[in-house]
Amino acid sequence: MKMTADVIIIGGGINGCAAAYYLAKSGITGVLVLEADNSIGHGGSSRNGGGVRQSGRDVRELPYAMYAVNNMWPTLSEELGVDVEYYQKGNLRLGKTEAHLAKLETLASNARNLGLDMKVIDGKEVKEICPHLSDDIIGASWCPTDGHANPMKATLAFYKRSLELGVHYITGAKVIKLQKVKGKARKVVLSSGEVFEGETIILAAGYESRFIARTVGIDVPMTKFFEECLVTEMQPQMFDIMLGTADADFYGHQAQHGSFVFGSDSGLEESIDKPFEDLRTTSITASAGCRAIIGYIPKLADAKVVRTWGGWCDLCYDGVPVIDRVEEVPGLILACGFTGHGFGTGPAVGLMLSQMVAGEETVVDISALRYDRFRSEK
Amino acid sequence: MVDIQEKLKEIGPFVPGAEDDLLICRCEEVTKGEIRKAVHEGIFTVEEMRRYLRNGMGLCQGQTCGRLVKGIMARELKVRPAEIEPATARAPMRPIEMRILAEDGGDRE
Ligand SMILES: Cc1cc2nc3c(=O)[nH]c(=O)nc-3n(C[C@H](O)[C@H](O)[C@H](O)COP(=O)(O)OP(=O)(O)OC[C@H]3O[C@@H](n4cnc5c(N)ncnc54)[C@H](O)[C@@H]3O)c2cc1C
Repeated sequence: MKMTADVIIIGGGINGCAAAYYLAKSGITGVLVLEADNSIGHGGSSRNGGGVRQSGRDVRELPYAMYAVNNMWPTLSEELGVDVEYYQKGNLRLGKTEAHLAKLETLASNARNLGLDMKVIDGKEVKEICPHLSDDIIGASWCPTDGHANPMKATLAFYKRSLELGVHYITGAKVIKLQKVKGKARKVVLSSGEVFEGETIILAAGYESRFIARTVGIDVPMTKFFEECLVTEMQPQMFDIMLGTADADFYGHQAQHGSFVFGSDSGLEESIDKPFEDLRTTSITASAGCRAIIGYIPKLADAKVVRTWGGWCDLCYDGVPVIDRVEEVPGLILACGFTGHGFGTGPAVGLMLSQMVAGEETVVDISALRYDRFRSEK
Repeated sequence: MVDIQEKLKEIGPFVPGAEDDLLICRCEEVTKGEIRKAVHEGIFTVEEMRRYLRNGMGLCQGQTCGRLVKGIMARELKVRPAEIEPATARAPMRPIEMRILAEDGGDRE
């Protein structure tokens, strides 16, 4: 086993695997990914709802979300040699009340101000886009360039292609700390005692990045949040759009093979207190999700739920990630705090991380995602 | 710890076999050849395999093919089947209509 690398990436999620791929593609050999679990993509990257969304995003991350949608997702399957099931058929956020519509109008006008095509449409137009929805729906916001992809395959697609390009992956490799050598980040220490050394270290380990960054004196203000999904048995083809609601009580889409995948919550998630390793779903969330879903898509009342699952989200204090080089720890690049919406941006983040390693300018300006942006609020 | 590139070298390239067209996961129609080939693409765990090929993701949730998949992967990886971790069982135990699941724990007028 080679213990040194030009670039060590901690975390085999979509951000880590995409970074590895774009580094290898740009000709940087000697890339090593360390993944704590036995499976690549064990974290949120394979557990998410598959939304590839620009609408609703913060101004600080919209540019690279749009970059991914315009320049990367449409050709990703071909590029990686695995069908990532990307559908760009638009996103409806549904409303049943005037209050909902007011909320959606604000969302849409904010998006338009940022240069994203999004508008509010009435109940009749909603039905034209998707005839299977409840008659109670009086309108929706519509972003025609949003879409969805298959998260289970997207992360593994980056992994597989980067393996072919020579990237090294070690699974079952839990990093416990970083160590500086001559003032520079260099050593990566595993729980089993092995020590790897890298010229550059990218920390993309989700919430656990926090513990690892702390070992070199850097703290990223994050909390963790457990989010759940469910999937139905195969259904006849009904729609290819992404769906959400003004109240955000569920979101989802019909996957390519026919199952519906929905994310939902019980509202009690803030108070969940369980070990990080415990990924079991609660007994109440799927039921709450079903109530919400049936309320908007009555046709699915008889669809059978075959599986539920959950995963942790790394919520950054101000709602957008930290993607930055750390000045006090030269050689360390942070990529964490994706706040429950880091799947859709994965390809763009991976590309930008590879550019940061090479010392190039990133495809869009992300200086607003600095690690030292957090200030006392009082 | 598994060094994926080293392990890929150790197991050698994918060699087509006579039984490759055999249907292993009947719910999602996944063949033995697809599973064997995926191992050589770096898919070493059942968790990854389910995500990559959808074996065990259909109506029966792998109750029929789970053991077969383990056996095939073990042979391909040159390890004992017991060394292959099974898939995580997930709620609900049996497929359940949304309408019925929705009745649990909420006040639905
Ligand atoms: C249920 C759910 C639904 C979601 N829905 C959406 C959606 O629809 N759209 C969207 O854009 N986003 C969504 N997200 C968010 C999205 O999944 C994440 O933001 C994204 O996957 C983050 O990717 P990552 O690579 O940064 O982190 P992760 O996928 O969490 O990867 C981090 C990896 O690091 C590994 N690791 C952790 N600690 C260590 C260590 N000490 N040493 C080595 N490795 C370590 C982990 O095992 C993991 O594999 C959702 C998330 C969840 C949980």
